[in-house]
Amino acid sequence: MADTTADPRLAAPRAAPRRRMRLSWADPVFRAVVWQVLIVGVVVAIAWYLIRNTNENLAARHIATGFGFLGRVAGIPIGESLIPYNPASDTYGTALLIGVLNTLDIAIIGIILATILGTLIGIGRLSKNWLLAKLTGFYVETLRDIPLLLQLLFWYTVLQGMPGPKQAWHLGDAAFLSNRGLKLPRLEWQTAHTWALVAFVAGLIVTWFCTRRAHERQDATGVRPAVWPVAVGVLVVLPLIVWAALGAPFTLELPALRGFNFQGGLTLAPEYFALLLGLVTYTASYIAEIVRSGIQAVPLGQWEASRALGLSSGAILRRIVLPQALRVIVPPMTSQYLNLTKNSSLAVAIGYQDVVSIANTTLNQTGQAIEGIAYIMAVFLIISLSISLFMNWYNARIALVER
Amino acid sequence: MSEATLHIPTAARTQTAIASLGPVAWARANLLGSWWSTAVTLLLGYIILRVIVGVVEWGLIHAIWTVPYSANGIADTSVCQAAKGTGACWAVLVDKYRLILFGRYPYAEQWRPAIVVLLFVGLYIVSGLRRFWRKELLLVWIVVLAAIGVLMWGGVFGLSEVTEDNWGGLPITLILATFGAAFSFPLAVLVALGRRATKLPAVKILCVLYVEIIRGVPLIAVLFMASVMFPLFMPAGVNVDKLLRAQIAFILFAGAYLAEVVRGGLQALPPGQAEAADALGLSYWQKTGFIILPQALRLVIPPLVNTFIGFFKDTSLVLIIGIFDLLTMGKVALSDPPWQGFSTEVYLGLAAVYIAFCFAMSKYSRGLERDLNRSRAR
Repeated sequence: MADTTADPRLAAPRAAPRRRMRLSWADPVFRAVVWQVLIVGVVVAIAWYLIRNTNENLAARHIATGFGFLGRVAGIPIGESLIPYNPASDTYGTALLIGVLNTLDIAIIGIILATILGTLIGIGRLSKNWLLAKLTGFYVETLRDIPLLLQLLFWYTVLQGMPGPKQAWHLGDAAFLSNRGLKLPRLEWQTAHTWALVAFVAGLIVTWFCTRRAHERQDATGVRPAVWPVAVGVLVVLPLIVWAALGAPFTLELPALRGFNFQGGLTLAPEYFALLLGLVTYTASYIAEIVRSGIQAVPLGQWEASRALGLSSGAILRRIVLPQALRVIVPPMTSQYLNLTKNSSLAVAIGYQDVVSIANTTLNQTGQAIEGIAYIMAVFLIISLSISLFMNWYNARIALVER
Repeated sequence: MSEATLHIPTAARTQTAIASLGPVAWARANLLGSWWSTAVTLLLGYIILRVIVGVVEWGLIHAIWTVPYSANGIADTSVCQAAKGTGACWAVLVDKYRLILFGRYPYAEQWRPAIVVLLFVGLYIVSGLRRFWRKELLLVWIVVLAAIGVLMWGGVFGLSEVTEDNWGGLPITLILATFGAAFSFPLAVLVALGRRATKLPAVKILCVLYVEIIRGVPLIAVLFMASVMFPLFMPAGVNVDKLLRAQIAFILFAGAYLAEVVRGGLQALPPGQAEAADALGLSYWQKTGFIILPQALRLVIPPLVNTFIGFFKDTSLVLIIGIFDLLTMGKVALSDPPWQGFSTEVYLGLAAVYIAFCFAMSKYSRGLERDLNRSRAR
C-alpha cells in the first residue's frame, strides 16, 4: 500500500492561505467586523447617553461623585461587629468594612453548617429505612418550594416571639434561647490554648509529610505503611500534652441572667440566628439533592468490584466511591456556595447589618447612590470570584486524570 | 408508547410480589431492617406522631376561624389573643385574604385580578402540554399577556382605569415572574449565541461581561440599582414607574441566568449538526433558527422550568424595594393593629400559595425530564 501517503487525511495539516479582507458583504471577515463595530457602537452609545444623563442629574441635585464620603463620620449604629466600632467617631469606610466582615462571617459559618446538614439529609434520602428516606424527602421538597425571604421572616418572627430572658428556654445552665437570641457558653481563651493550637497546626504539617512518605512507599513497594498512629499522636496527643503541660486551664464563661438580660457567654443575636437558620436549612435542601445524585452517580459495579478486591468498607468509601462522587458533586456545590453568599444579602430585610444593609443606609444618608451600589457589586464580585477560583482549583485537583 | 406498555408487566409483577409478601414483611424490610434501622424508625415515628398531633390540635381542633366585628368594622381579636399558643387563628386569613391576594386594587373590581390569575395559570398549563408546542403558542402568549394588561389597567371596553400604584398581591408576583421570563428569554438566546460567537470577539466579551457580572451579584443589588440608580440614568423629567423599573431589573437578571441554561443546550449539541448545516450552505441565521436552536432548546426545557421556579420565588425580593407583591401584602396585612402577632398563620398561608405553584411546576419538570430522556434510555 504505497499510495496511502497520498491520502489527504494523512498529509500534515496546512494552514489555509491568508486572504486579504474584501470590502464586500460576501466576505465573512468583513461581515464580522461590521457587525462588531455596529453592536459595540450601539452599546457605547447607550452607555454614553446614560452617563451623560446621570452627570446632568447629579449636577442638578448637587451631589458630588467620588468616594470622599468614606472618610466622614458615619453615625450608623451597628449591633454586631467583629472589630471595635463607635458610631460617634468612626467613618463610613469602617462601617462598610464591618458590613463586609459580617457578610463573610455569615457566609463562612453558613457554608460549613449547610454542607454538614445537607450531606446528612442527602445520605438520609438514600437510607434503606423507609421513614427516614420519606421524611428527608419531604424536608427537601417543602423547603425548596418556599421563597427564602419568607422563611427568613418566619424564623425572625418566631425568634422575636420567644419568651423574655427570665422565661428563656434553657439547656441546663449552659444554653438559653429567648427573644434576645441564643446564648451559649464561651471558652475563656488563654495562652495554653494558643500553644495547643500551634501544636495542632504543627501536627497537621507532620501528618501531611507522613502521608506523602506513605504514598511514595506504596508506589515503590506496593505496601502502604500505616499513617494513623502518627496522625493520632501528633494531632490529638501532642496538643493535649502541650495543654496539660501548661496547667490544663479550662474555664467556660456561662451566660448568666442579670436583671433583664444575660451577661457573658457567646451571643447569637436574633437577626444573626434567624439569618443563619434560614440560610442553612434552605441551602441544605439543595445540597442534599446534590449529594444524593453524586452518590447515585457512582455505578453499583464500583462497590461490588471493590468488595471483590477485599477492601474494607471504609477504604471503599474513601478510595473508590467518594473520589468519583465528588467529581459530580463539586461543580454544583460551588454554585450553591455562591448562592448562599449572595442570599446572605437578604439580611437587609430582617435587620442584620451585612454589607448590603450598611451600604443601603450609607447611600440613604449621603445620597451617594452610585458609589453605594458600586461598592456592593464590587464586594460580591470579589467574593464570588474567590469562591469560584478556590472551588475550580479543588475541582481540578480531584478531576479524573486521563491517560 | 410501546416502551410504556412494555414496562407494565414488570411493574405489575413487583406490585403483586409486594402484595403477596404482605405489610408485615414490607415493614420488616423497610422499617426494621437492623437494630439501627429499628431505633431510627422508633425515634422518628415518635417525633412525627408528636408533631402531627401538635399540628392537628393547633391548626384544626383549637383553631379559630371567625372573629366578631365591632360596629365600625374593626375585628375583635380577643378570642384569638386568648387562644394564642394553643390554637391557630385562621380568622386573620379569612379577614385579609382579599387584601393579601389582590392588594389595594379597588374592592369592587377585584374580579379582574382574579381573572388575571386564572389566565396566568391557564397560560402555564397550555404551555406545559406538549401537544401545544408549536409556533401558534407564541401567538397565544402575546394575546394572553395583552389581555392581562387590558384587564389590569382597564380604561378600555368600559373597564375603569386602575394605575399600577393600586396593583398588588398575587398578580404582581405572577406578572414579575412571567413577563420577566417572556422578555428575558429572547435576550438570553441572543446572549448565549453571542457568547459562543468565536468569530466576533468583541461581542463575545460583551456577553461574557454581562452574564458574569449579573450572576456575580445578588438580585438585591440589581433591584437596588433599579430603584435608586435608574432614576439617575433617565433624562430630567422622565419618570419610570417603580413596578416597571423592578420588571426591567428582573428581565436583566433572568436574562443572564437563562443565557447560561441556553448555552448549556448549545454546548450539548454535537458539532456535526452545525457542520452539516454549513455544508448545506445555510446562512448563520438559517442554521441557528432551523437546525441549532430547535434541538438545543428542546434539550434544556427541564432546566428552564427549574430556573423559572427560582424566579418565581425570587420575585418575593421586591419586598425590599417596596413593591406590593404577595409577600409584601402579607406583611401589610400583619401591620393592621388587631392582627399584629398572628404572623405564623399569615406566613403559613403565603407559603401554601408558593408551594402550590412551585410544587406543581417542579413535579411537571421532573415528569418532562423523564419523558424527554425516554429516547435516550435503553
